[in-house]
Amino acid sequence: MATVSMTVNGNKVSRDVEPRTLLVQYIREHLELTGTHVGCDTSQCGACVVHVDGQSVKSCTILAAQAEGSQVTTIEGLAKDGKLHPMQEAFREHHALQCGFCTPGMIMSAIDLVEKNPKLTEEDIRHGLEGNLCRCTGYHNIVKAIAAAAKTMGG
Amino acid sequence: MNAVTGTGIGASVRRKEDYRFITGQGTYTDDINRPGQLHAYFVRSPHAFAKIKSIDTAAAKASAGVVAVFTGQELAADKVGGLICGWTVTGKDGTPHKAPPHPAIALDTARCVGDQVAVVIATTKEIARDAGEKIVVDYDVLQAVVDPVDTLKPNAPQLHAEAPGNLCYDWEFGDRASTDAGFAKAAHVVKLDLINNRLSPNPMEPRVAIGEHDRATDTTTCYSTSQNPHVLRLILCAFIFGLPEHKVRVVAPDVGGGFGSKIFCYAEEVVCVWASRKLNKPVKWTSDRSEAFLTDAHGRDHVTHAELALDKDGKFLALKCSTIANMGAYLSTFASCVPSYLYALLLAGQYTTPAIYAEVKAVFTNTTPVDAYRGAGRPEATYVVERLVEVAARQLNMDPAEIRKKNFIAPDAFPYQTPVAVAYDSGQYELSMNEALKMVDYKGFAGRRAESEKRGMLRGIGFAAYIEACGIAPSAVVGSLGAGVGLWESASVRFNPTGSVSVFTGSHSHGQGHETTFAQVVSEKMGVPIEQIDIVHGDTQRIPMGMGTYGSRSLAVGGSAIVKACDKLIAKGKKIAAHLMEAAVDDVEFDAGMFKVAGTDKSVPIGQVCFTAYVPHNYPADLEPGFEENAFYDPSNFTYPAGTHIAEVEVDPGSGHVTIAKWVAVDDFGNVINPMVVEGQVHGGVAQGVGQAMLEGVVYDKASGQLLTGSFMDYTMPRADDLPNFDVGMTHTPCPHNPLGVKGCGEAGAIAAPAALMNAITDALGVEIDMPATPEKVWRAAQGKVRALAAE
Ligand code: FES
Ligand code: FES
Repeated sequence: MATVSMTVNGNKVSRDVEPRTLLVQYIREHLELTGTHVGCDTSQCGACVVHVDGQSVKSCTILAAQAEGSQVTTIEGLAKDGKLHPMQEAFREHHALQCGFCTPGMIMSAIDLVEKNPKLTEEDIRHGLEGNLCRCTGYHNIVKAIAAAAKTMGG
Repeated sequence: MNAVTGTGIGASVRRKEDYRFITGQGTYTDDINRPGQLHAYFVRSPHAFAKIKSIDTAAAKASAGVVAVFTGQELAADKVGGLICGWTVTGKDGTPHKAPPHPAIALDTARCVGDQVAVVIATTKEIARDAGEKIVVDYDVLQAVVDPVDTLKPNAPQLHAEAPGNLCYDWEFGDRASTDAGFAKAAHVVKLDLINNRLSPNPMEPRVAIGEHDRATDTTTCYSTSQNPHVLRLILCAFIFGLPEHKVRVVAPDVGGGFGSKIFCYAEEVVCVWASRKLNKPVKWTSDRSEAFLTDAHGRDHVTHAELALDKDGKFLALKCSTIANMGAYLSTFASCVPSYLYALLLAGQYTTPAIYAEVKAVFTNTTPVDAYRGAGRPEATYVVERLVEVAARQLNMDPAEIRKKNFIAPDAFPYQTPVAVAYDSGQYELSMNEALKMVDYKGFAGRRAESEKRGMLRGIGFAAYIEACGIAPSAVVGSLGAGVGLWESASVRFNPTGSVSVFTGSHSHGQGHETTFAQVVSEKMGVPIEQIDIVHGDTQRIPMGMGTYGSRSLAVGGSAIVKACDKLIAKGKKIAAHLMEAAVDDVEFDAGMFKVAGTDKSVPIGQVCFTAYVPHNYPADLEPGFEENAFYDPSNFTYPAGTHIAEVEVDPGSGHVTIAKWVAVDDFGNVINPMVVEGQVHGGVAQGVGQAMLEGVVYDKASGQLLTGSFMDYTMPRADDLPNFDVGMTHTPCPHNPLGVKGCGEAGAIAAPAALMNAITDALGVEIDMPATPEKVWRAAQGKVRALAAE
């Protein structure tokens, strides 16, 4: 067992975990933040995307220990004081989710995309979503939602 | 739309369920953990076909944290029944299909890679998995067969003693004599060999099962990623365990997509429930994606020869096809009906083809079982019909739109009896097609093609005028065709004393948005805002009864049950209102939440009527208190959504890359409750159809039977940059036989898209290729066209 500590959604947390524990397991199983999902075992689907020190990261791809001391934001930490993040609002407004399983990872990836490139085009969005799979929506409305959120976020 | 609430039928209301999903508060089955829970890890066969000589579990059992290791022998000793197929198809010779035993854990033979061989139950997932690695299985590896054509050959390996020649059934449908007569007088015959590629459904949420036994009540709960919790309970109770249904509860909470693959009863559910009873501890299993590729029932996998007979003017005279359908290693829950009744009955398409004959051989191979996947049989039928029609147009030098229009069933011909049993209830096929032609700017296509060619690109356009039979299904009809269940739906609408409404539906939502659209239906009917209406689904303990969600049936069947329950409430409400207003019941009308005495200004709102029903101080003497009604709805016919999809593509002959330049979908789903949700269903369906046509395909190694496409690294899922924006239009021809006039929209896109896209790609290439049209295949095929263009 190893002690792994970090700040998740603004809260300092510390847990004793097996060294092989992935960040996504740490978040889901040890912190019981189940909004972050697992959709594959080959780092292809993006259901597990969270932000580590402001960067989008597939949390199934790194060990919890690699995030030691980091600032981690999960989908649960996006809304501030009951106010949804513009990306969350846009997903709801544009019907960018059906079953909702890919949605947390999509939203976390999308925020990172827009923050890195506020003026992104539709092509940029589609290309930027390469690492996130959605089986329900055909991406049409996800792309629309991200474009709309980019405007609200000040792009 | 209901003027009072603004949230009734026809409004693109934003979804009620979204808040929990966008904030990470959804509760999927893997998010559930029960106190004292143990974890199951399945040891699976690495071989496609092998005798199991021995299983040494000693080292695994001795590992710290391991609670138990079980093999098929322990299940057999406890008389746990095998997995079943709930639909019996009767073959040409009058004998029922062969449904060989399908034990939840293999007894002496593994018949596909991934077949369960043992299960380890331990305190953590990691311990269970590590211990699983210590189990030594001694296999006698046999030659496997994975190809549906090869498996019928005389010297093929034999999978089951019960199914000689690996044949599950040899079935036929339609009238052979009249079809032959049609071909005899044909001026032209189109012949096609088609492969409908095997697909992995891949809902993004992998399957999960948790069994939990409560000794106090002797009740077992199964938490499962199921599309139809009541059906799962029925199978577990009546066929697997012999338990009474009131002692088993199935909970299917938020489910992350299904597309058919979560209809079925799987081995892991059986084992987790059984082990939880045996060990008196909750037992949980979560599939990883690799296991999902191996164990979730696959879809499609047909090899077909099809022919269309036409007269000299392009009128269809007859259609025949002969199909080999791969069932995989065992018969899954509803596998048998997919390539038979859900397939051949749709071969009339939108056309007046007077004679149709189909024969289908369903076969066993050493592959993952195949069952219903989005569209189930109907995409395969549409692919046959629409590819034949398109190729006929090319061979006869006719316009592909014109040849279709020439053969469409006319709008005044309904109800229309097809030669393949089903009677279409309504449709306006030319209307949808004309709308689609306009939206795609068909007239401008020749110009766009010339422009592409100037840039060295090949442009093609392809049509699919599809039909489907949805709203599954009239119980008597499916019963006569071999179904083991009735396909009604149930609903219970409960007004709570202070006016909020709980609606209990046997349908299940795993992305379809029932919590919103069903609430809109109740909002419209009862004049209550949707914020006050909750849709409850997915728990056999809370919902009286149900048949679940598949076959685009939820609104047409489940929604109709809700309407029936609402009508009963209105009838009861009129009696209460009449009493309160001292009027005759016959004089009371109900509209937009108000009970009124006709021709007067007297009225009482539904809230007051509801409250009175629960506080019946001043109440009709002969009336029961309470304001809640149940209803069952059994449809009188299938519904027949139809429409035209048009794909326009540009092929780069240098790379074989296909770009979808335009996608136009004009669907007729009858009345629409929430256009936003319906469009979303079309987008998703088309995306899966595009996946089938261009990207996806399950591949097995023929020699070893190994699955070569066992992860997202090897199996190409459609990604955002593979797909275009979709141009979605609609026409509305109401269904005449259900109270909402709705037809169902969940599968249309997946049904129409493969044919439309392959018609477009082959139009661009000038030669036939099979799905998936991968860049390599397209590049090879394009070379001939490039040479021809250069020679011009
Ligand atoms: S779980 Fe699929 S990429 Fe992380
Ligand atoms: S909404 Fe279901 S996978 Fe994206």
